[in-house]
Amino acid sequence: MPLLSLITYAPLLGVAGILLVRLFGKADSAAGDNASRWIAFATTLVTLALSVLLVAQFDPKNPGFQFVEEAPWFAGLYYRMGVDGISVLFVLLTAFLMPLCIAASWKSIETRVPEYMMAFLLLETLVIGVFCALDLVLFYAFFEFGLVPMFLIIGIWGGQRRVYAAFKFFLYTLLGSVLMLAAILFMIGTTGTSSIPELMTHHFDPNVQTWLWLAFFASFAVKMPMWPVHTWLPDAHVEAPTAGSVFLAGILLKMGGYGFLRFSLPMFPNASDLFAPLVFGLSAIAVVYTSLVAFRQTDVKKLIAYSSVAHMGLVTMGIFSGNAQGEQGAIYQMLSHGLISGALFLCVGVIYDRMHTREIKFYGGLVTRMPVYAAVFMLFAMGNVGLPGTSGFVGEILTMVGVYQVSTWTAIVAASGVILSAVYMLTLYRAVVFGTITNPKLETITDLNWREIAIFAPLIVGTLYLGLQPNSVFDLTSASVDQLVQVYQAAIGGAHP
Amino acid sequence: MTFSANLALAIPELILAIGALSLLVAGAFAPAQTRMVGWASVLVLLGATVATATQPFGVAFSGGLISDAAATFAKVAIYLASAVVIPLAQPWFERRGVKVFEFPILVLLAALGMGMMVSAGDLISLYIGIELQSLALYVLAAMHRDNAKASEAGLKYFVLGALSSGLLLYGASLIYGFAGSTHFSEIAQAAGAPENTGLLFGLVFLICGIAFKVSAAPFHMWTPDVYEGAPTPIVALFAAAPKLAAMVLFARVLGDGFATAADQWQQILVIMAMASVAVGAFAGLVQSNLKRLWAYSSIANIGYAVLGLSSGTTEGAQAMLMFMVLYMIDVTGFFACLAALSRGGRSMETLQDMAGLIKERPAIALAMTVFALSALGLPPFSGFFGKYYVFKAALDAGLWGPAVFGLVGSVVAAFYYLKLIKVMWFDPSPGATDKPPVEANTIALTSALFAFPVVIVALHSLDMLAERAARALGLA
Repeated sequence: MPLLSLITYAPLLGVAGILLVRLFGKADSAAGDNASRWIAFATTLVTLALSVLLVAQFDPKNPGFQFVEEAPWFAGLYYRMGVDGISVLFVLLTAFLMPLCIAASWKSIETRVPEYMMAFLLLETLVIGVFCALDLVLFYAFFEFGLVPMFLIIGIWGGQRRVYAAFKFFLYTLLGSVLMLAAILFMIGTTGTSSIPELMTHHFDPNVQTWLWLAFFASFAVKMPMWPVHTWLPDAHVEAPTAGSVFLAGILLKMGGYGFLRFSLPMFPNASDLFAPLVFGLSAIAVVYTSLVAFRQTDVKKLIAYSSVAHMGLVTMGIFSGNAQGEQGAIYQMLSHGLISGALFLCVGVIYDRMHTREIKFYGGLVTRMPVYAAVFMLFAMGNVGLPGTSGFVGEILTMVGVYQVSTWTAIVAASGVILSAVYMLTLYRAVVFGTITNPKLETITDLNWREIAIFAPLIVGTLYLGLQPNSVFDLTSASVDQLVQVYQAAIGGAHP
Repeated sequence: MTFSANLALAIPELILAIGALSLLVAGAFAPAQTRMVGWASVLVLLGATVATATQPFGVAFSGGLISDAAATFAKVAIYLASAVVIPLAQPWFERRGVKVFEFPILVLLAALGMGMMVSAGDLISLYIGIELQSLALYVLAAMHRDNAKASEAGLKYFVLGALSSGLLLYGASLIYGFAGSTHFSEIAQAAGAPENTGLLFGLVFLICGIAFKVSAAPFHMWTPDVYEGAPTPIVALFAAAPKLAAMVLFARVLGDGFATAADQWQQILVIMAMASVAVGAFAGLVQSNLKRLWAYSSIANIGYAVLGLSSGTTEGAQAMLMFMVLYMIDVTGFFACLAALSRGGRSMETLQDMAGLIKERPAIALAMTVFALSALGLPPFSGFFGKYYVFKAALDAGLWGPAVFGLVGSVVAAFYYLKLIKVMWFDPSPGATDKPPVEANTIALTSALFAFPVVIVALHSLDMLAERAARALGLA
C-alpha cells in the first residue's frame, strides 16, 4: 500500500468533494458552507489517522528512508517518496495541526467558505508532499506550489493590508526559490541523478558546494525566516486569518529548517562547516534583535510573529552546530514551536474574534471574565518562554548544549534570548490578562466555548507530553540524526584533518 | 528522385493547399455558409495532421523540402494549434457582426506557410514559407475591418513585417553570395571555412529577420500594438503557432547551416534572450490591457526559448521545442479565455475588467489562473516544465549567468501574473458577464486541463518526441 501517497493526496479527495458540493449545490448557501466545513474536517481527520498509522509502522531503528515509492516520471526524473526519522514527525505535525486549523476557522470564516476549505486542503497536500518527496524536482514542485494556496488565503481572507502582505509573501519566497532551482538544475546536470538519497552520498567539490549551499540558503533562509530576510513574516502573519497564521507559523516555517537538514547539511557538509559562523552570527542577531523588536510591538499578533523569528534563530544555530544534541534540539524546537506558536496564534484569534482588534492597549484584566482562557494562554506563554515541563524547554536546552560545544559565544548570546523571551511574553501576558478591566467594552467578553476548548485540548496535551516525555520523539529521530551527524562529521573531518 | 516521390513527401502541404483553394471556390459560391467553410477547414487541418504523423522521412525537391522528426513534431503542433483557432474565432466574429468566410481559409494558408517554414531546407523555401505565413497573418490581423484598432494593427504588422522580410532577404542574398549556394548543407561547408566574415554578416541579417518574426528583443516593438488591436482569437493564433514555426526554422538554419559557427551566433542569441527577458518582465509591469500584458509576457517567454536554443546543443534544441509546445498551450488557452469573455457585448480586455471573475465565471477564472501560474513558471503547471528544460540546457552548456538572469527575470514577471490573479480573486465584481460561446469555453477549459494536470502524465512521451525532433535539427 503506497501509504505516503495516500497521506499526501487524501486531502485532495476533500477538495474534490467540496468541488462537487460547489457545483451541484446552491452558491453561497449556508448548507453548502456547512457541508464543505464538515468535508474538510473529516478529510483532515482521515489524513491524521493515516499519519498516525505511518508513525506506528515506522521502524525507528532504520536510519534510512522507509515507505519508499518510486516510479519513473520524465527526462530521467522520478516520482519518489519516502520518510526517515527527520521527516516523519513533520508529516505527523502537519496532519495534527490541520484539523485544528479547520476547526478554528469554523465560525471566523464566513465568506467563500468552500474556496477557503479547498485552499487549506490543497496546502496540506503540498506541505506533506514537501516532507515526503525524495526527488529534487518533485520536492521543488511541492515547495513552490505551496505558495499559491497561501497567497490566496492571505489575499482573500486577510485583514486590511492583505494584498500587500500576500504579494510580499509570494515574491520574497519566489526569489529565494528560483536560486535554489538553479542549484537543483546544476546538481542534476553534473551528477545525472535527481534522487535525494543518492545525492546525500554524492561528494561535491568543496568550491561547488559553496555556491550550491548559498543558493539553497537563499531559499531556506527566506522560508525560515532568518534575520535579515524575515520582514515578510510579520506582515503575512498580521494580515492572515487566524488559521492561516497557525499554519504559517506551525508548518510552513518548518520547511526551511527541514530543507537545511535534508539538503544543506548532508549534501554540502564542507560549505555548511564553512558558513556555520555566518549562520551562528545571523541566528544570534535574530534571537536578540527580534526579541527586542517583539518587546516594542503594540499588536499581539505581530509580537508573536517576531517571537517566532527569534525561536527559529535557535533552530538554525542548532542545525549548523553539526552535533547530535544540536540537531535533535533543532528538530525538537521545530515540533514544539509548531504546537506552541500555533496555540498562541489561536489564543490571539480567540480575543480577536470577540473584539476585532489585536491592540495590546485595548485589552487588560481578561482574567476576571475569562479564567479558562487565562489559564490556557498562560500555559502556552510559558511554553514559549521555555519553562521546564513544557516542550519549549527541551528544545531550547538541547539546542543550547549543542551550540555551546562549537561556539560558546553564540550559545551565551542565544541564552540571553531566553531571558528576553520571558520579558516580552510576561509583559504581554500581564498587559492582556492581569489587572482590572479598564475598557468598558470588555465587560461582556465571554470565556472559551466548548469548540475552542476542544481545539486547545490536543495542543495542551501535546505540549505537556512533549515536555515530559521527550524520549518519545528522540526514539523516532535518533537513528536518522545520528547517521546525519556521522556523515557530516566524517566529511568535514576529511576537510580539516 | 521522381516527381511523384517528391510529391509524396509534401502530402500535408498538398492537402492544405488544395483544401484551401477548393474551399475558397466553395465559399465564393455559397458565401453565407461561413460555419460550413470553417468546420471544413478544421477537417482539412486535422487531415494534414494525420498525413504529417504518418509521413515517411526524406528530402524532396532537391533539398528544398525536408521531412524529418523535427518537421513532423512542429507541424503536428502547428496544425493543431491552427485548427483550434477556427471554432474559437467564428462565434467571436459573429457576435461582432463580421461575416466573412475567408478567415478560415487564411488560417489554412498561414498553416501551410508555417509548415513550409519548418520543412525548409534552403533559403528559397525558407523565404517562401515565411512570406506565405506572414501575408495571411497580416490580413487576419485586420480582419475586423470596421474596427480602427484592428486596421491599425494590420497595417503596423504589415509595414514592420515587410521591413523584417527585407532584412531577412538581404541576409539571405549575402549568404548566397558568399556561400555560393542556398542549401543549408552547402552553406555549412562554407561557414566552416576560416574566412567567413561575409557569411556571418549575412547570418546576422537573417537572425534579425527571424528575431522579428518571433518578437525577440530588440525586434519586439510591434508585438504589443498588434496583439492589442488584432481580434482576440486571431491573437490566439499568432501568439502560438507562428512562433513555434519561426523558432524551429531558427534552429534549423543555425543547426544545419551554421553549426560550425556556433560560437559566433551563440553570443548574439544569449544577448537577445537576456534582452527579451528583461523587456518582457519590466515593461509588462505597467500594462493595464491584458492583451498588451500578454504580449510582453510572450516577449519574455520567447527570450527563454532563445536561451534554450543559444546553448547550441541537441539538449538546447529539445528544450526549445518542449518550451514552445508547452507555452503554446498556455497562450492559446489564455486568449481563448479572453475570447470567451464579454460584458454587455463589449470585450473584456483590461485588468480591471477581470475584477471578481472568480465569482462570475469560476471555471474561466480558474483556467486563467492556471495559465497565469503556468506562464509564471510555477510547478507543476506546464510552463514550469518548459522552463525546467531551458534552464537545464543553458546550465549544462555553461551559460549559468544568463540562466540565473532568466530565473530572476521570471520573479520580476511574476508580479504581473500575480496582479491578474489578485484582480480575479480578491476584488469585487463590477457586474455580470455574458454567457461565453460554447466553443471558446470548451477550448479554454481543455487547454487548462492540458496545462495541469494532463501535462504531468504526458511529459514522458512529449520528452521522447521532442528529443527525436531535436536530434534531427543538426545541432551538435
